[in-house]
Amino acid sequence: MIPAIVVFLYLGIVIYIGVFAFRRAALHQGAEDFFLAGRSLGSFVFLFSLFGTNMTAFTILGSSGHAFHNGIVTYGLLSSSSALIIPLTLFLIGTRVWALGKKHGFMTPVEMYRHRWETSHIGTVICVLQAFLLVPYIVIGVMGGGTTLATISGGRVPYWAGGAVVALAVMTYVFFGGMRGTAWVNTFQTLLFLSFGAAAVAVIGSGMGGFREAAEAMLASPATSPLLTRERVSPLFFFSYTFIPLSTIAFPHISIFCLTARRMVQFRKTVILYPLCILAIWMPCVFLGVMANRATDIPQIRQKIEARRALGADGARMTPAERDQLRGKMAADDVVLLLLERYAPLWLAGLLGAAIMAAVMASDSQILALSTMFTEDIFAHYGGKARFGEAAQVHTGRLFVVAVTIVAYTIALKAPQTIFDLAVQYGFSGYAALSPLLVAALYWRGSTKWGALASTLWSAAAVIAVAVFQHLVPAPAPGPPVVVWAAAGLDVLARTPGGTAVLGLLPVVPMTLVSALLMVVVSRATAKPSAATIEQYFPPQPKQ
Amino acid sequence: MTRRRRLALCLLVAAIYALHQDVWFWRTARPLLFGFLPIGLAYHAAYSLAAALLMWLLVKLAWPSHLE
Repeated sequence: MIPAIVVFLYLGIVIYIGVFAFRRAALHQGAEDFFLAGRSLGSFVFLFSLFGTNMTAFTILGSSGHAFHNGIVTYGLLSSSSALIIPLTLFLIGTRVWALGKKHGFMTPVEMYRHRWETSHIGTVICVLQAFLLVPYIVIGVMGGGTTLATISGGRVPYWAGGAVVALAVMTYVFFGGMRGTAWVNTFQTLLFLSFGAAAVAVIGSGMGGFREAAEAMLASPATSPLLTRERVSPLFFFSYTFIPLSTIAFPHISIFCLTARRMVQFRKTVILYPLCILAIWMPCVFLGVMANRATDIPQIRQKIEARRALGADGARMTPAERDQLRGKMAADDVVLLLLERYAPLWLAGLLGAAIMAAVMASDSQILALSTMFTEDIFAHYGGKARFGEAAQVHTGRLFVVAVTIVAYTIALKAPQTIFDLAVQYGFSGYAALSPLLVAALYWRGSTKWGALASTLWSAAAVIAVAVFQHLVPAPAPGPPVVVWAAAGLDVLARTPGGTAVLGLLPVVPMTLVSALLMVVVSRATAKPSAATIEQYFPPQPKQ
Repeated sequence: MTRRRRLALCLLVAAIYALHQDVWFWRTARPLLFGFLPIGLAYHAAYSLAAALLMWLLVKLAWPSHLE
């Protein structure tokens, strides 16, 4: 019960931070202040909050669960590529978004697109797709809150109550604190993440009798030695994953967050330290996930390993339903929790509980981003701000925060999580496919609104197509994929145990490349914006 | 920023991106760094440090101060 008490204490602290931010901002409650913290964040809060905004439940729970079954490849797939691509996109795109936001008063990327390409309704289409891809993340956040609170309280707090408590806490500090409160809470959460990783590795390592023995024992066993290499993953598949971090800058909550820095210099430390933050947080999670394979004295971990073994040995002879049942038993998102229960003292288990809650509550910035998009891209754009005033815009934003939270909670109570897991999985690919819009708007004078529309419609169609394909063709057992379409000796389209492969690549690769190609081809064939508008984005460079 | 420096930095970024694909440590876990960290994982930890160093270089040499 102590971990649950620590978690409730944590929830109390984050609500207080939100209310404190509200009181701090009470004197200047304009739209920019509520939605963008008055473009006033300093280096420390900007770095840790941006990092925290991008950390979700997957960081601690999902990465260790993925590493438990897939081994060390998890870090290369999900972390080290992000360590390069995310800060690079912040450097190349984030700084420009910030500068244009400051110059023109933009509060969302769609506002910039509308101005850059002299369009109205195409901006609305982009906004709708962005919102559609963002909602599942918010629902997953509420679900994760309910599950986590139920687990760490030993079932004393039921799922529905846990979800309600988390949703209420997030709603409260976003409602009162707006972007300032959310940024402060995210900073607090990131510091909690950072302190958790090192402590967990030290305590669990000591409890397991040292990692040297565990690593040697894993290498000595044919069942576990592949987990310490990448022999089960093809280099092409590994390469595909470097496209996924392109999604980060295209996520509305990240690009909107880029507008909150006080000065552009705030990006400097963030860009440099971001890879180190990734290393500090992901490495312990991945490493502990792999090492959990040696913790066979924990019954739940033993069951997961046995289910994995059964699926690998007999999966090909099983029905899809039987395979899904085994995959359910293999679900490993709780391995770090199990390791801590077994090896850590109660205080650390409590800290872990709070860190997990922090990860789960990353939906705060997504809720705020949706609210910003609704009030700025829809309400203000279609005349609401001019008609009712700026105060009404902020009130609408707050009401929208409440409405989104209630809808997400209601869905979380009724819908099966697997649907949203899938939606989140392809949300990343969808946003990566939208990244050419940002690049074209900021770096290519010749881009047009029709090129942007073509990229957007392609991204939407591709996400839907992959989801339908995976629904129609069940996942095969571990091993070779099910080839659905082959041509000229190549496996063009295949269903793999973990998803879909197009020419051996993740769908995100063709989705992003075709999106970029459409932007180029359609823009070349259509009329450009006026020279006056283009000049505002590409002013003549001073001579060196 | 001169054209030559811009080209050099672009090539450096491309080289670091390519180094992510470390096929040379694909099928081996040894040597174990510190006795427990498989070489494939240690390489990608070092890669994250290299990414931080690259970002430091970009900030130092190619900061878009004209935007501010």
